Amino acid sequence: MSPVVKRKGEKFTIPSKYLLFVLTLMCTVTMLMTFSTDIFNKPLNTVVGYLIVPFQKGISSVGGWFSTRAEELKEIRALKEENEELKKQVADLLAENIELQQGKYELNQLQALYEMDEQYSGYEKTGARIIARDAGNWYHSFTIDKGSNDGIEVDMNVMADGGLVGRVYSVGPNWAKVVSIINDNTNVSGKILATGDNLIVSGDLELMQKNLISFSQLLDSDGVVTNGDKIVTSDISDKYLPGILIGYINEINIDSNKLTKSGTVTPAVDFEHLSEVLVIMQLKQTVEE
Amino acid sequence: MKKGLIAAFFIWICFLLQSTVFQSLSFNGIVPDLMIIVTASYGFMEGEDRGIIVGLFCGLLCDIFFGEVIGFYALILMYIGYLNGKFSGGFYPDDIKLPMILIILSDFTYCVTCYVFQFMLRGKLNFPYYFSQIIIPEVIYTTVATIGLYPLILLADVGIKKKEKRGGRNFV
Repeated sequence: MSPVVKRKGEKFTIPSKYLLFVLTLMCTVTMLMTFSTDIFNKPLNTVVGYLIVPFQKGISSVGGWFSTRAEELKEIRALKEENEELKKQVADLLAENIELQQGKYELNQLQALYEMDEQYSGYEKTGARIIARDAGNWYHSFTIDKGSNDGIEVDMNVMADGGLVGRVYSVGPNWAKVVSIINDNTNVSGKILATGDNLIVSGDLELMQKNLISFSQLLDSDGVVTNGDKIVTSDISDKYLPGILIGYINEINIDSNKLTKSGTVTPAVDFEHLSEVLVIMQLKQTVEE
Repeated sequence: MKKGLIAAFFIWICFLLQSTVFQSLSFNGIVPDLMIIVTASYGFMEGEDRGIIVGLFCGLLCDIFFGEVIGFYALILMYIGYLNGKFSGGFYPDDIKLPMILIILSDFTYCVTCYVFQFMLRGKLNFPYYFSQIIIPEVIYTTVATIGLYPLILLADVGIKKKEKRGGRNFV
């Protein structure tokens, strides 16, 4: 009997070598295709939107309840101390506030003079809850519980604690993936608020564990930038809206080319304990090519 | 059919747990990799074919949610499932040594592959740092998680095999 003829009851099987070969080809092709396009994003994101995301939402809301109870107990003591401190701060701030109000009055007048509308303060935002984090240990991205059904689009900026968290990388119908600025392969164009010098803020896995991010290519020819200076997103960034706080300078070093400076930044956001974020519902205006 | 459903269930529940519960159980930002445990276990328990399929789906989930391109993690996990399948001949349900060694080796291979393709090729050459701060902690934590998860996968698998055997005997 020839070996090709199937016996009764025997299942038809492909040798695993061929299976592996075919699937390897398939994966390589999808990798190449998704490297430059996002054709698979819509169907795949919709499927997992039904299979996985509802359960992630459930689990994280239960988990969130437990962790908030535990934290509440821990925080009571800390809150008492903080209250004392805050009372002192309130007094200071009141004084400062009066000063600022005066300043704002002046600013309003000047803005009217230059016909500059309020650019930054009027962004429309929507709150979202983090429901899952990156499964591996190499990157820092997470999924939130709002998606295209809530009007979220790719490249919208995400904030928390008044600082920049990152941007939306891909959207499903009821979820969206956010890549944070401390992610190892993320770069943000920023500027020093005080002097207007541009610099590049880039995430780094080595610094991530110390809760820092690195910056580079700061020109600062006058040498006036010091530790603690505020860094905000710059006007020339093509993904990030201008004027969002990134963090404060932690350390400055002069590069070996003696022209530029680099160092580390303490981010304004506590990435370790993020649970809710704000998505800015406005995209950066770009020039159509 | 039944086996397929149980495998799908394990992939599903492990991905859910890993992306939610285990994130809050992380030590110093390191979480165990349950997808590796599931893929490797099915590889050496069920052979190469099943290892490939389970690895493919585990990887695809990671790709869709957290990958930059679709297919990268799927490819790595598929090969891990296949290579583990090579050892299915020497697998006995009572023996815990071989599964542990295979899972540790698999996780190690996975981490190093991720480092090489995603970090080394971008010029991040400080391997000792990544090795000591990311890879070793992850392997250790995954080993600990294996002790909890592997018996469950084994139990489900052995239970079905027994049932099938009994069914076969009744037929004769």
